[in-house]
Amino acid sequence: MTSHSGYTLHHPQWLRRRVSTWWWLSRWRYFKFILREITSVFVAAAVVLLLLYVAALRRGPDALIAFQSWLSRPPILAASAVVFFFTLIHSITWFNLAPKAMKVRLGNIPVPPALIAAGHYFAWLVISLALAWIILTGG
Amino acid sequence: MRRTPIEPILWSLFSAGGMLSALFIPVLLFILVLAPALGWLPAPGYAQLTSLLSHPLARLFLIALCALALVHAAHRFRYTLYDGLQIKHLNELVNILCYGGALAGSVWAIFLLFTRVAEPRL
Amino acid sequence: MPELVNLEVFRYSPEHTPEPRFQKFQVPYNKEWVVLDALNYIKDRTDGSLSFRWSCRMGICGSCGVLINGEPKLSCATFLPSKSSKPIRIEPLRHFPVIRDLIVHIGDFMTKLKKVKPWIIRTNESPLSEGEFLQTPDEMERYHQFSHCINCMLCYAACPIYGLDPLFAGPAAIALAQRYNNDSRDQGAARRMPILSSHDGIWACTFVGECTQVCPKHVDPAAAIQQYKLTAALHSLKSVIAPRGAA
Repeated sequence: MTSHSGYTLHHPQWLRRRVSTWWWLSRWRYFKFILREITSVFVAAAVVLLLLYVAALRRGPDALIAFQSWLSRPPILAASAVVFFFTLIHSITWFNLAPKAMKVRLGNIPVPPALIAAGHYFAWLVISLALAWIILTGG
Repeated sequence: MRRTPIEPILWSLFSAGGMLSALFIPVLLFILVLAPALGWLPAPGYAQLTSLLSHPLARLFLIALCALALVHAAHRFRYTLYDGLQIKHLNELVNILCYGGALAGSVWAIFLLFTRVAEPRL
Repeated sequence: MPELVNLEVFRYSPEHTPEPRFQKFQVPYNKEWVVLDALNYIKDRTDGSLSFRWSCRMGICGSCGVLINGEPKLSCATFLPSKSSKPIRIEPLRHFPVIRDLIVHIGDFMTKLKKVKPWIIRTNESPLSEGEFLQTPDEMERYHQFSHCINCMLCYAACPIYGLDPLFAGPAAIALAQRYNNDSRDQGAARRMPILSSHDGIWACTFVGECTQVCPKHVDPAAAIQQYKLTAALHSLKSVIAPRGAA
């Protein structure tokens, strides 16, 4: 059996390989990528949670207290902890990758990527503290 | 003139939403949802929150945050579905579900924050 | 008795069998041997029919890229691991059609490379008598990193998006386009934009970042693509706001 029936002599016969549907499970770095991308679901969930909060606030003081105690029920608390965890991953990956997309120059000197990332983290810290202060003290 | 492609616009919204949600969402979740539920911080009271949201800029900001974060999530999730599950042939359905969901959420946010029902009950 | 290294090499010879297979080989271990040396040893001593590409042996010609244990690598720049009990698996670059053994068909990349016009474009040529175009070190620094690309296509083998969407222009082509876009002597950015900022250009990229991870020359194609996304987005926002003013 030197030559099989599907082969024409001296004609190339390319081997084409398909990407597996589960390619993102094949390597750790691919999986980390999918983990980063899937934070989108939790960002959307966080928005829904915030809007539910606003909806409860609209219905009056009693509804707000009911909603707040609903939030402290263990299954809801666990779910919101997961949402919070993934939004943190979103923030961290976002700030880490930001310097790749923006090339900042001060005059002719390129700003080092680590400094751009540090700037983002600093802004994150300032914003978080300011918002926490505004919400906790009522401005 | 060349037709302006939709991708740069979507990407701009995606990036703006990604940046806003990265900066603002964790702290909001922590202060409003997680920390009070765990008993680490007192839950913010009704009067305090309504007075904060009485400022139109605060409401405008919250709407912008919610809408852009939802577009960000929709855009990213659409690509995740394409790449992760190889369902590009369901293109239109996925687009409608993702961007449609973001649009619905944004309309909901506008409805919640710009129609008034809370005040008569004060 | 010299120490031996086990290799599992991808074999595909369509004139004999339509299905690919892995063939086991043993080569002596040498501290200064790279994978390419092992492949050449096999070809010279064990099986002359093994086919693979190589030329310079020093990481500049870009022709010896293969998968080594699943990672896209230059076989001339990857040393044999010592005392490895597990065999080293060598496969052709992912996402390209295989012609034979480790040799892939690179026509798709060559077409895409040409499409992004990776050469200096001038809209106004100056006469020779005016002399050469001068460039300061700062101006050169803006594109220098992207000019290191050796077209080895490791980034294409690493990019799942290229594997899923064969129309995607791909990392190296976009990085090389940016190499010329960022060159102070070039005036072709506007002509490259319709190709780069198309559905199959930068917008197909979801920033997996693997291209940058595997690049043997630290070109960082992922950064080139993301930076161009920002450029293209700003350009398109400008053309929405002032449709006539935009170039």
